[in-house]
Amino acid sequence: MRLIAPIVKRLSRLGLVLICVALVSYGLMMASPINPVDAYLGPQMAQVSPEQRALIAQRWGFDQPPAVQFGHWLRQLVSGELGWSHVYNQPVSEVIGQRFQRSIVLLGSAWLLSALLGFSLGVVAGAKEGSKLDSIISTYAFITASTPAFWLAILAVLLFSVTLGWTPTCCAGPAGALNQEVTFATRLHHLLLPVTTLALLGIANITLHTRARMLELMRSEVATHAFAQGASRIDVAWRHGLRHASLPAVTLAFASLGELFGGSILIEQVFAYPGLGQATVAAGLRSDIPLLLGIALFTALFVSVGNMIADSLYAVIDPRIQPGEL
Amino acid sequence: MRQAQPRLRAAFSLGVTTLLVVGLVASQWLLGDFPQQMQFNARLAPPSVDHWLGTDALGRELWARTLAGLALSFWVGCLAALLSTLIALSLAALATLSARLDALVSLLIDTLLSVPHLILLMLIAFALGGGTQAVIIAVAVTHWPSLARVLRAELWQLRQAPYVRISRALGKSRWFVLHGHLLPHLLPHCLVGALLLFPHAILHEAALTFLGFGLSPSQPAIGVLLADATRYLSGGYWWLGVFPGLGLLLMVLGFERLSSQLRRAL
Amino acid sequence: MLIIDHLTLQLPYYADGYATWWKRRWATCLDAFSLTLSPGEVHAVVGASGAGKSLLAYAIMGLLPIPARLNGQLYYQGKPLDASRQRQLRGREMALIPQSLSALDPLVRTQRQVAWAAQRAGQPSAHAWRSSQQALDHYQLDTRAQQAYAHELSGGMARRVLTAMAHVSQAKLVIADEPSVGLDPLQRQRVLAALRELADQGKMVMLITHDLRHALPIADHVTIMRDGKRVETALATAFQGSGASLTSAYSQALWLALPDNAFATTTVSRREQETNVA
Repeated sequence: MRLIAPIVKRLSRLGLVLICVALVSYGLMMASPINPVDAYLGPQMAQVSPEQRALIAQRWGFDQPPAVQFGHWLRQLVSGELGWSHVYNQPVSEVIGQRFQRSIVLLGSAWLLSALLGFSLGVVAGAKEGSKLDSIISTYAFITASTPAFWLAILAVLLFSVTLGWTPTCCAGPAGALNQEVTFATRLHHLLLPVTTLALLGIANITLHTRARMLELMRSEVATHAFAQGASRIDVAWRHGLRHASLPAVTLAFASLGELFGGSILIEQVFAYPGLGQATVAAGLRSDIPLLLGIALFTALFVSVGNMIADSLYAVIDPRIQPGEL
Repeated sequence: MRQAQPRLRAAFSLGVTTLLVVGLVASQWLLGDFPQQMQFNARLAPPSVDHWLGTDALGRELWARTLAGLALSFWVGCLAALLSTLIALSLAALATLSARLDALVSLLIDTLLSVPHLILLMLIAFALGGGTQAVIIAVAVTHWPSLARVLRAELWQLRQAPYVRISRALGKSRWFVLHGHLLPHLLPHCLVGALLLFPHAILHEAALTFLGFGLSPSQPAIGVLLADATRYLSGGYWWLGVFPGLGLLLMVLGFERLSSQLRRAL
Repeated sequence: MLIIDHLTLQLPYYADGYATWWKRRWATCLDAFSLTLSPGEVHAVVGASGAGKSLLAYAIMGLLPIPARLNGQLYYQGKPLDASRQRQLRGREMALIPQSLSALDPLVRTQRQVAWAAQRAGQPSAHAWRSSQQALDHYQLDTRAQQAYAHELSGGMARRVLTAMAHVSQAKLVIADEPSVGLDPLQRQRVLAALRELADQGKMVMLITHDLRHALPIADHVTIMRDGKRVETALATAFQGSGASLTSAYSQALWLALPDNAFATTTVSRREQETNVA
């Protein structure tokens, strides 16, 4: 009972936030000066008569007041119908489903890599504060935290694909090859550079955060007491530091899913990797409103679940918080 | 000396940064429309004595375009950080007025934080239809939630502080409490918050323009320059991709360093 | 035997509101402080807050923050106690009972922390586990307390856990920093009795406190400290009657200001009176 109530509370909050996201993003789309009919027609805009335009507007419901349109869209949403994407000429749910399958490989591996490496580097740097190793790690993290994601991707392409020729410059598989024909090794080869770039950027955040936690601990009274017992810095880092730094690191990893997704949009753009990020940019640039709304909602769900896990972890793991007081 | 005098180092950093920023702004005034001038006899020229950082496909000098892009980034970053801080401060103040408003503000914060920054930026830039103002507003509107959270918590704590309650019980006006007790506490938070926002704002501005939202392709913004460069990558025109990004990195790094030193010193 | 010979300690600070606000200044926290501690005795160091008592403990243990300036000499068992020797002896020969209860790791169960202290003193892990059990039993902490986290312990229990951690290391020098703060009389009695017991086993015990009243019943010698300087060192028995055998006016005033004595405040300035506020 004590565990169920907070979960219900969190889930209802999640639902509320998602409705707000839908409202805000729909409002933004409505506020846009771009005419939805023009956007739908694209380059054929000039060849269409005003009567046909009115027909299209009626067909898609563009002529009705915004509140009615929103209500209609929300009703469709509840029944699982996200609309039709004119850029891909497919239902939005299918586009998101297919694209996300490709993106999740990229996102998942970069996320795991950055969390594990970032945590270990942060612990080492924090435990050996002021040493050469620490200054190398923190300089690295400091620089990558300030690096534009797409620029790092451009540099990676320049170095590894153009100059050295080790990795392909684009896409998830060889150009023209069908999805089924691409072997696992080829896929991995195409994923290597995007994943590494994305992970390199993600590491910085977790490293800096973990290092700060470690420094805080190393200067705390717990550490001074341990030193008074004759403990070495490594002993303190291992016994006390890992305990104190791991929970914040895991929390941060879950809470930074949104940032990771933002990074993946940029990196998919540079590597022309056909994932969800690339679809987002295409939807935005070519005014594919249903697809853009669908992606906004989908990523909001993805990020909020991450945030929810991050918030709940403390309650589950930290002995100082009782299960009741979430 | 290395660890010895944090305040001296912060003062030094502040001086150097100010000098560089003044130089950057002055250079735009001196250069005029030089970044847009095309030289058809020197298209895609590699870096040399004549063309310091090389030229692009229309023979425009990359160094001048990079400088122009950095200046634009600086202004966008400044305005966006300022606007963002103002939004954060006013919403945090609003949240302390009543429990209902507080719930509303925190729902708004949760909503904005649950959409990835970049997607929200795209949505807002899309809604505003592009242009420099759209970029500034988009960056400002997406970056305030984290600062607002800090300020809101701080304000709640301050309102419960004994000296504020005593001041109220003594019948001091709202204005006196705000001016005499609350603002002096909040201003340092705002300053640090704005300084922290600035690099983020610049990076997101560059990302947004890189993806093709907001600014027109002719405008020399760092994002536009780099998006341009991606088309020439496989041709080996490396300078197009390297220098604008390097400039941006150095600028962001400079401001990050300044803000971390200021925080350490104060 | 621990000899502290003219120890001077300076720490950096910044003065706000001056034109040279960026300039670092040095504050003298210990000023040519001397003291001798022999085995089998409890030596109380008494002073107001800010007199430099805790810094003295950290200086002996070698745990001062890095940018500190330290002058003077420390001798332990006849040999100079320098940084490398401090590192060797910490936790084995010298133990510290810290002032703050937040010195207990909030994420580790009590018995494990005591066992770690034993391991750090050089005991093999199986043995450390057993001796931690014994130490906790000795200080009357039951199984529930042994399996508890720090936030689940009362102030007195946490204090006894800290004492157990010093006890389990078998150190010959125990420095207790304000061990009686925030405890009710019964708990205080227990903690102070535990310190007396350590001294009776032949160990050196330095009891740092701001409260002369609590120190006197168990102390052999008392050193009065003020602004980083030693005012005087006297036998605990000198604090009786009108305090006539005390040589300095400050110690006499301190003694006379106690509630059981004259409760005299006429000769004591407000600042000195703080010493008695428990």
